[in-house]
Amino acid sequence: MVKKVIKNFEIEYLQVLDESGKIDEKLMPKLTDKQIKELYELMILARTFDDKGFNLQRQGRMGSFLQFKGQEASQVGTAYALEDKDWMFPMYRSGAALIARKYPIHMIYLYYGGDERGLKCPNDQNNFPISIPVGTQISHAPGCAWASKLKKEKDVTMVYFGDGASSKADFHEGMNFAGVFQLPCIFVCENNQYAISVPRKKQTHAETIAQKAIAYGIRSIQVDGNDVFAVYKATKEAVDNARAGKGPTLIETFTYRQADHSTSDDAKRYRTDKEMQEWLKKDPILRLEKYMKAKKLLDDKYKKEVANKTKEQVEKEVEKYENFPAPSPEDIVKYTFAEMNQDLKEQFEEIKNG
Amino acid sequence: MAKMTIVQAVTSAMRNELQRDKSVMVLGEDVGINGGVFRATEGLQKEFGADRVVDTPLSELGIVGSAFGLAVNGMKPIAEIQFSGFMYGPFDQLYSHIARIRTRSRGRFSAPLVVRTPFGTGIRALDLHCESNESIFAHTTGLKMIIPSNPYDAKGLLISAIRDPDPVIFYEPMRVYRAIKEEVPEKEYTVPIGKAEIKQEGSDLTVISYGAMMKDVKAALEKSDYSAEIIDLRSIVPLDTETIINSIKKTGRCIIVHEAPKTCGFAAEIIARINEKCFFNLEAPIERVTGPDTMIPFAKLENYYLPSEKRILKAVDKVMSQ
Ligand SMILES: Cc1ncc(C[n+]2csc(CCOP(=O)(O)OP(=O)(O)O)c2C)c(N)n1
Repeated sequence: MVKKVIKNFEIEYLQVLDESGKIDEKLMPKLTDKQIKELYELMILARTFDDKGFNLQRQGRMGSFLQFKGQEASQVGTAYALEDKDWMFPMYRSGAALIARKYPIHMIYLYYGGDERGLKCPNDQNNFPISIPVGTQISHAPGCAWASKLKKEKDVTMVYFGDGASSKADFHEGMNFAGVFQLPCIFVCENNQYAISVPRKKQTHAETIAQKAIAYGIRSIQVDGNDVFAVYKATKEAVDNARAGKGPTLIETFTYRQADHSTSDDAKRYRTDKEMQEWLKKDPILRLEKYMKAKKLLDDKYKKEVANKTKEQVEKEVEKYENFPAPSPEDIVKYTFAEMNQDLKEQFEEIKNG
Repeated sequence: MAKMTIVQAVTSAMRNELQRDKSVMVLGEDVGINGGVFRATEGLQKEFGADRVVDTPLSELGIVGSAFGLAVNGMKPIAEIQFSGFMYGPFDQLYSHIARIRTRSRGRFSAPLVVRTPFGTGIRALDLHCESNESIFAHTTGLKMIIPSNPYDAKGLLISAIRDPDPVIFYEPMRVYRAIKEEVPEKEYTVPIGKAEIKQEGSDLTVISYGAMMKDVKAALEKSDYSAEIIDLRSIVPLDTETIINSIKKTGRCIIVHEAPKTCGFAAEIIARINEKCFFNLEAPIERVTGPDTMIPFAKLENYYLPSEKRILKAVDKVMSQ
């Protein structure tokens, strides 16, 4: 009879940039000053977009909106590690990642404004329409990565989801496929501590989400999701591995949703102001600014310049969104099939005049 | 008596049943401290504890699958699915297990559970938040399918559903969740499952509908000179064929209104039954006013989708002119 430990596991955690703006030089990923500024400007752009979206909704200029405030490092840092041609499967809170992927900003607004055309990805991008059901996109990504592998293309696929989504079968089945077929797929779980009102602790009894990858034979890591350098570093490694044929990775970005779940939610019902204040100190932009200031990459003038430039850009996008021509009613029936069948033609005649 | 909206009536029904029967429990996403995203479980966790009003992990499959196990082993679970667009994930549980356990075990086991969820179009939401997919469940043999249109029925029918020995899908019409307020007893009472209600007697034609469309149907018919007999189905499975047939025998004409897509929409089943039972009482072909066979459009085009007053009245004129 034998009784012995046959396997031990560890979960790595990575932080490069701490709350006070200090970095660990040894862990710092290779980034030029220009790239650091680019990351910063993307994060400011994302936050400006986010605040504006919220305001538009409150002013009745947008149907509903889901803010990602607080998750800018988590999204920009991951998306930044991709090449333009790579594939990305976003969720409803992936606005910052989409912006980093050059998705037209006015189209993100268009979507939340109640217009399907916001989901029509430009032909030169591979950003999939955002997933509204929680987690279903997690099982699409391995398939997409699989196709790249079969076609011997070097593109990788990245998929975004929340801590809540890790409770869904899609997550487990998707990761299992990625592991079994060794697919060039990167799973990004943005653990923002809540699924609407349900805290992470009630979502899983496991201490981390990262450790769930172990069961599927997949590499994983938990990173400080408010530290754009750690997020980028872990993602870059995962992307390089995937591209080199070394299979998938799960990255858990440990972060916080600073806003309500959506514009229909009131987070005060289920979390305390004290908790929020603690997390505000860990804000991803705040700490990056501290670091850049110390490194002389940022001064008040530059900060103001970026703020103004970004504001202007977002205002222009809002204008584009609000002046977007009304959709044609025919759109309702036009995209059901490649070719409109007789039923749809007749039904459209019935509904087109209201 | 208190005035209640449909949401409040639903809460009231669950409160009565949680009080009455220790085996009743509520499970779902955000149903605890948050009181549900529509506040249908507001205050219930506080009143009955976190063991009986349970925030689950985010998994519809887990919610409905475990509701099944709970029910088989003596509990009376009320599972809340946040939106009916998220009923597809747990569909396997409903179709393959919950609906057929009585048959498969030859009566040894059963699944007395309720899955309640807000449904229907016209709320200017994003995709999958306003599905009208009731026919999928009506077509799943072994499930009962209830769709109230007003607060009084919502409460009475939900209590009946909780007490029912078989699995019941309970669809709450989102568009009128808070739009109708009427007197509803605080005390428990039941409304029978499988009984339609004649909302208005009439002699010229029969108008059949259910859920949120009832309000639109009534408003439209008020603008018509014809005397319409308006029937609120309330349950689509089991269907109260008798009430429908008796009405057709009286009026000889019929239109059916629902927001779900046309093909295999529930109107098709009603027309088939009328055909089978009283075809020769018809004076004109039956008309159906439904959504088109498309995805439900987002806010900007939503108004084209929902059966409009104009389309309802046009259908009325058409059946009356023959
Ligand atoms: C399958 C499914 N169930 C429920 C919902 C309603 N819902 C939308 S977001 C959400 C919480 C998701 O939490 P998480 O996955 O942690 O992502 P987060 O919203 O925090 O970014 C819920 C329950 C949904 N959209 N899809």
